[in-house]
Parts: sequence; C-alpha cells; structure tokens
Amino acid sequence: MTTLHPGSAPPTISKGDGLATVSVRGLSHWYGTGSMERQVLQGIDLEIHPGEVVLLTGPSGCGKTTLLTLVGALRQVMEGSVRVLGCELKGSSRQERQLLRRSVGMIFQGHNLLRCLTAEQNVQMGADLLPDLGYRARRDLSREWLRAVGLSDHLSKLPHDLSGGQKQRVAIARALAAHPRLLLADEPTAALDSRTGREVVDLLKRLARDEGCGVLMVTHDPRILDVADRLVRMEDGRLWASDALVG
Amino acid sequence: MNLWQGRRIPLAWLLLTRQPMRLAVALAGITFAGILMFMQLGFRDALFDSSVTVHKLFDTDLVLLSPRTKSSISMSGFPQRRLVQAMADPDVTGTTPVHWNLLLWRNPQTKATRSILALGFEPRDPLFIDPAVTALAPRLTQKGRVLFDDQSRNEFGPVAKWFRQGRTVESEVAGKRLRVAGLFSAGASFGADGNILTSRETFLSLLPNTPPGSIELGLIRLRPGADPAPVIQRLRRLLPEDVNVLTKQGFLDLEMDYWRSSTAIGFIFTLGAAMGFIVGCVIVYQILYSDVSDHLPEYATLMAMGYSLLTLLGVVAREGLLLSIFGYLPAYAAGQVLYALIHAATKLPVAMAGDRAITVFLMILTMCMGSAAMAMRKLGDADPADIF
Repeated sequence: MTTLHPGSAPPTISKGDGLATVSVRGLSHWYGTGSMERQVLQGIDLEIHPGEVVLLTGPSGCGKTTLLTLVGALRQVMEGSVRVLGCELKGSSRQERQLLRRSVGMIFQGHNLLRCLTAEQNVQMGADLLPDLGYRARRDLSREWLRAVGLSDHLSKLPHDLSGGQKQRVAIARALAAHPRLLLADEPTAALDSRTGREVVDLLKRLARDEGCGVLMVTHDPRILDVADRLVRMEDGRLWASDALVG
Repeated sequence: MNLWQGRRIPLAWLLLTRQPMRLAVALAGITFAGILMFMQLGFRDALFDSSVTVHKLFDTDLVLLSPRTKSSISMSGFPQRRLVQAMADPDVTGTTPVHWNLLLWRNPQTKATRSILALGFEPRDPLFIDPAVTALAPRLTQKGRVLFDDQSRNEFGPVAKWFRQGRTVESEVAGKRLRVAGLFSAGASFGADGNILTSRETFLSLLPNTPPGSIELGLIRLRPGADPAPVIQRLRRLLPEDVNVLTKQGFLDLEMDYWRSSTAIGFIFTLGAAMGFIVGCVIVYQILYSDVSDHLPEYATLMAMGYSLLTLLGVVAREGLLLSIFGYLPAYAAGQVLYALIHAATKLPVAMAGDRAITVFLMILTMCMGSAAMAMRKLGDADPADIF
C-alpha cells in the first residue's frame, strides 16, 4: 500500500538539466468572491518530467480537476507559479495560453469527440494544429495514429457508431496526433469496463513514453494505479506525495 | 484571413450536413424568405416597368407633353402647333403628333365595358420602334379600324384568339363600332389593362369633343448624333410655357415617378420584401444559435485543443455563408418559375432581372452573416475550463 507523508515535497526525479515538463510552485486557487470565496488549491508543488506518468488521485471535489485545468492553461493562474513546457502561466495572456494548449494533449472523462466528424476526421482536428504540414501529410498522420490505437478498420465511422472504448481510443489518437509534449487525462477509464480501461491506459502509457511526453492523469480507478511512475494524492486542496509505487 | 481553408476538415459543412433535418429547415426558411423577396421586389419592379410598356414603343428622342400631364392615366392636351414650331430647330428632323386617352372597350363576348388605353396617330408616320407594328399601321388608314394589344388582360374578351382564328372581331369603343385589323404586343400596366392603336381620324371620331389641334403627346426625332441636352434647352426657350420638353427617358421617369411617389405601391412592396428579410433573419438566427448551443461542448473541446476563438468564429461564419448560398439557389429557381406563372396569369412584365437576382442574394447573404454574427456571441460561453 501507499504511504502518505503529509506536507512533504513531491519527490523529484533528477533529470540532469532539471528542465521539467511541468513545474508547479506554491499554487493556490479560489472560486467565488467575497463571502462565497472558497479555496480549492493550497500551496501546490508538483513536477512532471518528460516521459513520466504521474497519477493524481483523491476524493471528488478535492481540486484535482482544477489543478488539471490550471496546468492545461485553461484557467488563469491566481497565485503561485505554473511553468508548462518552459512557459510561465502566471499572468499569461489569453493568446499565450491558447498557443500553449496546442502542445498539451487533453483526454477527457467523456470522450468529447466531435459528433459530426468521423474517427479519422476527429483525429485530424488534432493533426491540423501542426504547422507546416500539408493536408495529405496530416491525413496520413491521423491514419497512423488510429492504426497505433488499433482502430484502422474504423476510420470512417462516426463517434455514434463506436463503442465507449473505441471512442476513448480515438480521443487518445486525437490528443497524440498534435505531437503534445504534455498529456493531461481526466479519468480516461471512467466510462470503460475494466479490460478496456486497462487496454486504454496501457496504450496511453506506451505511446506517451514513445513520444517522450509527460502525463498527468487524474483517476479514481484502483486497477490502473500500477501504470504510474509516481502517484500523487490530493486531499482538501493539498498534495500528498506518495512513495514511488511501481517497482 | 482565408475564409475557406480548403486544406482543413470542412467543419462548417460537416456541422450542417450531418444534421439533415435541421439543415432542411434552415434552407426551407431561407428559401422562403428569398422567394418572398423575389416576389415583392418583382411585383414592385413589374409595376414600374409595366407603367411604361407603351412609352417604350415610341421611336423618339424627345417628347412634348402638357405641363399638367403627371401620368399616362391623366394626359392633358396641348396645341399641336408647338410641334411645328419645334421643327424650326436645326437638329430636329421630324415630329409626330399622338393622341392618348383611356376609352371604354366593350368585351365582344360578355358585352361588359372596361377602360382601355387608346393611341391615335397618322398611320403613315414612323413612330414605333417595333417594325412589326409599323408594318401593320397602314391597315389603320381605313376608318374604324384598330390594332389590338394581344398582351391585354383577358377581361377585354378573346379578341386575339378570335382574330387568329380568322374571325372578324368587332367591338364597341366609346359607343362607336370598331373592327380589329391586327394584333401587336405591348402589355398591360397598372394604369391600363389593355391597349389599342388607331388612326387620328378614328380616334377623333371616338372623342368628338377634343379641341381642334390639341394633342396629348408630341414625338420629336433628332438628327443622328445630335446631343439632346442643348436641343432641349433651345426648345424650352423657343416654346411657350404650355408645353414641357423631355427626353424619352425623362418621359419614362415621369411615369415611373408618378407610381413611385404618388401611390403607396412602391412602399408596400418594399415593406413586403423587408418582412421576408426579417422572417429569414429570425429563422437563420434560430438555427445557427441552437447549432452553436448544441455543439458548445465540442467548441469548448476545440478551444481546449488550442484552436483560437477566431477559428471557431470562422466556422460559424462559414456556416452562414453556406446557408446563404444553398438557400439562395432554390429561391432563385422558384423565383424563375413563379415569375413565369405570374406573367402568364397577370400579363405583368415580371422576369428575373440580373440586378434583382443580385439584390436578393446580397440580402440573403446579409441575413445569414448577420444571424451568424449574432449566434457567434453564444460562442463566448464556450469555456474550455468547463469540459473536464
């Protein structure tokens, strides 16, 4: 079992140059104003290195998703420092965050595929973000990623005609097609049965490792904890680092 | 900014076509609005065009009118001597007097009477552009003969049909028996439901109270290449105040201005077209707004992936552009068909004029793009932070 050390700094894996994919220092966040004000994150410190898979667990409402949206440049940072891919998000402009998001792959609890697009077109929406690639190259790239997630027979199916696991795999292909250097996943296995969920996270881990991109995954699913290089637990807006879990 | 990024997934097109029912409703609404605009503007233009169908028959450079003449349905007389005086100008090569009045025509079948526009002229005078009419004019030298406009409304009786069957068609005009000697084509207008041409002699016998030497219209032809503007200046100085000198276009404009300003018709039809425009706006806005609302999580996903708000606004704008093009085409086709039907039923000169086709397209485009711009405000609600 995991042993938790309250308040201890998250163990950092030394990578020599120390250039982390994600580097969070003293991050605090609030929702609401005045008497409605509620603090959701308190002094978070976190580092994720290239190729590292970090799992974030904790009870619902503890601030996991807020942390994910802050690291994903979807929200403005209020207090503390969030550096993602060398870019400081504190005080960043809307456009800076939008451009940074192109290098951050996101996989959602719901698959969030575009209903009107086929599997291939959905993946290509990710590939279309890559600069300096022709239409044909981006299409071939999309097909390669769908092959990589084992869906080469379902290129022209609409999300409606795919199973839950297949949709989540399309979402992974879409996230990876944009060549992200950081992958954020919010309970990617929540809607999947255990076998499919297992397949999806294994795939995710293998592809992320091959691409050398860091992964921050929020999950409640105890069956997939073993894919983590490092497990981080959050409670009441504080991060409790666990020891490295995987041998 | 490239509005049509051909090398991308055609998201706007797919958003529209993957929901065929909604697309059908949107296109039906736009097409309906387009047809409404085509009809209203078509009627309006037909009114103005038809009011000068007879005016356009004349081969003339300048016209003389009484200053009291405001429209073709109330032509006042002036002394024919003014035409003779106009001949004094070196650029004037010929003049033709024309009588012009509305008379009662008796339908030879039902015996009902109806007002018809009658023109009286010297059959030998060259006054018509259409050589077919000029060729028929000598038939009027015999007294009591008329040429009948086969585009006249059917209420005047089956005159053209009977005549073509070889029957002798006789009718009563202003209480005098007349015989149809031939057919010509001009067309009904809002002012006159039908037209007949006759000789001055016959015309004066129908209206015996016409003051001697009084005519309603004087045609003046100029030397080829002569500039009409200075001639008009000279004639206005030369002739007394009891005549008005106009160009042929001025003559047409006088008539059209009468219908445009003295009646509510132009306003009514323009208002009708505006109604179509507003109805179309409401429909397109509803469709695009609900489309954006339904896809809000997907738009938010795209923003989370790193697509800019501008790109997404472009998607909605392209949806508007596609809707306007695909809504316009059936409206255009339906407009052509309806114009043909209306022309057959009313004899009004409605046709698909190029400038009206462009006007309606621009209105539909404005309608769709305006609605798209309104629907875009909803996109501001797409918060990528909400989708986790």
